Parts: sequence; structure tokens; C-alpha cells
Amino acid sequence: MERVVYLDNNATTMVAPEVVDAMLPYLSGKYGNPSSIHSFGGDVGADIAQAREKIARFVGADHDYEIVITGSGTESDNLAILGSIAYYKDKRHIITSRVEHPAVISLCKKLERDGYRITYVPVDAKGNLDLAYLKESVDDDTAIVSIMYANNETGVIFPVEEIGEFLKEKGIPFHVDAVQAAGKIPIDVNKINCRLLTISGHKFHAPKGIGALYVRRGTRLRPVLYGGHQEKGRRPGTENVAGIIGMAKAAELAMEHLANIDEMKRLRDKLEEGLLSAFKNASLNGDKEKRVPNTSNIGFEFIEGEAILLYLDAKGIAASSGSACSSGSLEPSHVLRAMGVPFTSAHGSIRFSLSRYTTEEEIDYTLKTMPEIVNRLLTISPYWDNEKQEGKPINL
Amino acid sequence: MWDYTDKVKELYTNPKNVGKIDDADVVAEVGSIVCGDALKLYLKIDDNDIITDAKFETFGCGSAIASSSALTEMIVGKNVKEVEKITNQDIVKYLGGLPEEKMHCSVMGHEALEKALKQLKGEKVEDHVDEEGEIICHCFGVTDDLIRRVIRENNLKTVEDITNYTKAGGACGSCIPKLEDILEEEAAKPASDKKKEETKKPLTNIRRMQLVEETITNVIRPILQEDRGDIELVDIDGKNVYVALRGSCSNCMVSNVTLKNLVEAKLREYVENDIVVHEIK
Repeated sequence: MERVVYLDNNATTMVAPEVVDAMLPYLSGKYGNPSSIHSFGGDVGADIAQAREKIARFVGADHDYEIVITGSGTESDNLAILGSIAYYKDKRHIITSRVEHPAVISLCKKLERDGYRITYVPVDAKGNLDLAYLKESVDDDTAIVSIMYANNETGVIFPVEEIGEFLKEKGIPFHVDAVQAAGKIPIDVNKINCRLLTISGHKFHAPKGIGALYVRRGTRLRPVLYGGHQEKGRRPGTENVAGIIGMAKAAELAMEHLANIDEMKRLRDKLEEGLLSAFKNASLNGDKEKRVPNTSNIGFEFIEGEAILLYLDAKGIAASSGSACSSGSLEPSHVLRAMGVPFTSAHGSIRFSLSRYTTEEEIDYTLKTMPEIVNRLLTISPYWDNEKQEGKPINL
Repeated sequence: MWDYTDKVKELYTNPKNVGKIDDADVVAEVGSIVCGDALKLYLKIDDNDIITDAKFETFGCGSAIASSSALTEMIVGKNVKEVEKITNQDIVKYLGGLPEEKMHCSVMGHEALEKALKQLKGEKVEDHVDEEGEIICHCFGVTDDLIRRVIRENNLKTVEDITNYTKAGGACGSCIPKLEDILEEEAAKPASDKKKEETKKPLTNIRRMQLVEETITNVIRPILQEDRGDIELVDIDGKNVYVALRGSCSNCMVSNVTLKNLVEAKLREYVENDIVVHEIK
């Protein structure tokens, strides 16, 4: 297959070669069960303990036993919320935001059907969370607050430290879905003052099928799965040993790389500024400043996102879109709608997300390729005046 | 990633007949930027009612562009009378199939054509309304008439089918109870035809089997063979007919549509109107 310019790293990332190397022994010779008494398994148990320490350091946890290994970000989110409300049975109110990942939103919708009262905190036009609204929504009945660290579609960072401080005083459990922040900005659970925090391995160059939930010491959490003693009974099941080792290695590499994160930001900004200046019908979705350094979400007016993606794909460029058609649903993304992005550009929104493997050459190639694609689709569009080279007035 | 046919990929990569006709005889616009897809169709028609040129402008995804291109290719050089018979299924067939969720793209193509032909005849067509009738889905502006017609033409059975074909019910979902009512009403409709049938003597098992076999051999197989497909009669159990699709039909994405729209429809027409066809894979 031809080389792909992969600009869809918020969807998933390449497994780092060092991570593959670290995992391989556990997929062949070192297959012991970490729970076994014999040293063949016990050695593996020791390796897992080391890996757990690395993952704890990655999120700034004080103790390695505060890390519960899970199978995905979705599982961690579910364990955090379901595990907390199972403990605080008399409290029937949950606060989250309108722009959470489906792993949280779908669960909250289900709990709403079960009789829970859910507050979905709104965002402004730039995708920033309405902090005052969140604070006002908290009451004696609030069982848990679950807010994402950074939004997957726009990259906008939420004020989790302020929320954490506020909730700590109130004594209300705070869960942070940090899936899109891990590896892009430093994470420190003590600065955030959260009791629970979710990460997912495949978003920072570990393989798919491995995630973790940070559970602050003393936090009340009931398991969702029942079985053996693994993860201190909070998430039983024989360990995904290679996955844990891989995620720990990936966490170590990500922390090293955070020192060079400005380079990723420089390339992202080059792409973004290049596209915004090349097309007068393009605009940025999301707050320009308060963002993770790898994400750029751009709305192209008068053309449709899936068509852009298909044309990009033909040129070997992988990106993603918040358009209705690309997702299989019929409405544009819930995030863009919550921000009030007009339909004229929401349907044509494209998310570019970089990784530390993205090169300047790839960004230049994308900048060179986009005009051809956008102009082609504008020519086809009934909302574009080809003679005047401007959009036609649209009566909605 | 959508499972688009090569034809769909070819047509969204290199669509034919893109643009407008400055001196068009008729221009029809359907859909809107709010809905996420829109199509503007331009037709040039000569004195003998032959469509001499067709061009389009489309806002939409790959399959919307491909459906628009397909439509224009299908109608150029044809007589208006002939073109009137084109349905969204013909567009789907031309494209070698569309994913279920993208069926509405073919419906949009058909709507534009229908609107253009109406305008040509001088019938008044209101703007921003796809068809006459009550608007059922307010999110996408889909009318009662359009939903009923698409149900009948595509033999739709569920609300999900309606959403895939027309988008109705795909956003807020508040019209879903109404869609269910429409489905029930449409399912009950052939009742008037049924009465006529009931007065006829019921078929014996042997006679029914003979008729099913004859219809498959003489009517259905020739149609499928045109498309390099074939069909095999596996079993008949009462009014349940079990068949296997062969040749190009066996891996065709719309084999389910073929089964319902062609095989079952023909058997109901020629044998009995409550025959149910099942596919054996």
C-alpha cells in the first residue's frame, strides 16, 4: 500500500515501534499468568507491577495501586460512573457536558431512562465549557460529575482544575475523561483534584484494547464486573499482559515527547493557518488558544465533509469529519451542534489530528492537495457561484 | 468506511455532467444545505420531447454526487415519457447498489427529476417542499406523500428503512410514531385488491407450486439473467417460497432489495398476493 499521510490521530494512533518491541516477549515466551505462584508467572506479575508504576507516573498518581487497568477508554468511563453511582445509591443526579464522547453521553442517556436526572452543561460558540452553569447545577443530590479534559473533535481543553477544586470542597466525586489529553498535554491528577480519570492506550501509540482508570486512594467505587482478585477486584479478569506492558512503554515515551510538543503545535498551526488563509470559505471550529496542540477542526462552507474525506483518501490523506454523512447518522456532530456552528459549515467540517510522527513534508503535501479538492467540490456545489467565486445567498 | 461499489467510486471521483445549463428549459432544486444534501438539476429538451442535455450541481457526500451523475447519464437522449418511469431503484441499479444508509441519495435524484418533469408540464411546484402533503419529519422537511411513495416503491417494512431512504425520523425522532402509523396504513392498503382475490377460488398446493415454478422460469429468471444473475427454486412450503440467488446476484449488495422488489413482487403478481420469499444463502 502507498504511504498514507495519517492526520486522524484523535481516532487512533500508530503503535510506536518501541512499544511493539516491549510487548513481543509477552506474546511468545513470557506467557505466564501473573497470578501464578510459580516464578514463570510470578515474573510476569513483577513486570506488570513495574508497568503500573509507569502508568501511575504518567497521570501524576501518588500510588501505583490507584491505577485500574481496563480494556478501553469506554470501559474506564463506564466503570467510573457506574461504579460511583452504585455506591451513592440515594443520590440521583449526574452532571456531564453536552459535548462528551459517546462513552459518557450514551451511558448518561441510559441512566436518564432509568430515572436519573442528568445535567448536560452547555458550551459556547468556541466550544468552551460554561463553568458557571456547571457550578450552579451542583446540589445535594449530585452523585458524580464527569467532564472531559479535551474534546475529541475540536481539541478544546476544559477547565478541569477549577472544576476539581470546586468539587473537592463540596465533596462530590469528579471523573475526568482524559482520553484525548493523554500524550498531548501533561496530566496531573493532584493538580486536577479529580477522584477518577480515564485514559486509553491507543490514543498515545499503545495498541487498541487497553485502557486505565485512575482511582484516587479512598474513593468509593463498586466493580461493574465480578470475578477474580485482579486489579484488587475492581476489574477482575486475567490481565492483558502485553497490552499493559505496551501502554506503560507508550506512557513513558509520551512523557519524554511532551518536551518537544511545541514542534507538533508548530506543524498544526502551519496546516491550520495555511488552510484558513487559502480559503475564504473556511473557518476554525473551537477555541484557537485553549486547545491540545495536535487538533485542528476546520469548517468548509458550501461543500460536504464526506466528499472532502473521500477525495482526500484518493490522494492518500486520512482525516475525519463531523459531517452527518460520514458517520452514518443523519445529523452533523453533536459537538458542533452544541457549539451552534451553522449548518452551512458544520456539514463541511474536517478534523485534522497530528501525532509526533507527523512530518513537515506531510503537512506541505496536505496544504498543496487541499485547494484542488475544495475547488473541485465548490465547482459541483449549487451554493457556489463559479463566476463570482463566492457563496450564493442561502435561504434556510 | 462505506462499502461503495466501483461504479459509485468512479462517479464521485469523475462525475459526468457537472455544471449548469444557462438556457435550460427547466431547473429543479431539491434538498437543502441544512439537511446536508441538495441537488440542482438542469434539463434541455427539444421539440420532440427528447432530453438533449442534463447537468447538475450537488452539495453532498460521495454517493449524492454519484447518484446525481448517474441520473443525468440515464436520461440524456431519452424521451420525457420514457424518463417519467425512472424510479430511485433504477438509479440504485445503475450504481450497482448503495449502502442502505445512503438510499436517500437515490431518492433525492428521483425527486429532482420528478420535480423537473412536473415543472415542464406547467404543474405548480411549491418551493422548499419536496412533494405535496403534510410535513411529517420537520427536521428534514419530509412529507407524507414522499414517505408513502417511497414505502410502496421500495417495499419498506420498518421505520429504519424509511429513515435510510428518506432521512425522515433520523434526527430528533419525534415523528417516529407517525412513521409507524404510515407503515401500518400502507401495509393495510392492498386490502382492496385482496378482496378481489378472495372471490377467486383458493389455489391448491399443487397448482400453487406449478405457478411458482412457471413464474420463476418464465418471468423472473430472464430478468435476473440480463444482469448476469440467476435464481434457483429450493423449496415451497405453503405460501413460503425458498430461493437461492446465483451469479452476480449472490454477492450483490442489494440482493435483499432484488428479493423483495422483484422476486416476491412478481410471485405476488402472478401467483398469490401473500407469497413470502425467503433467501437461502
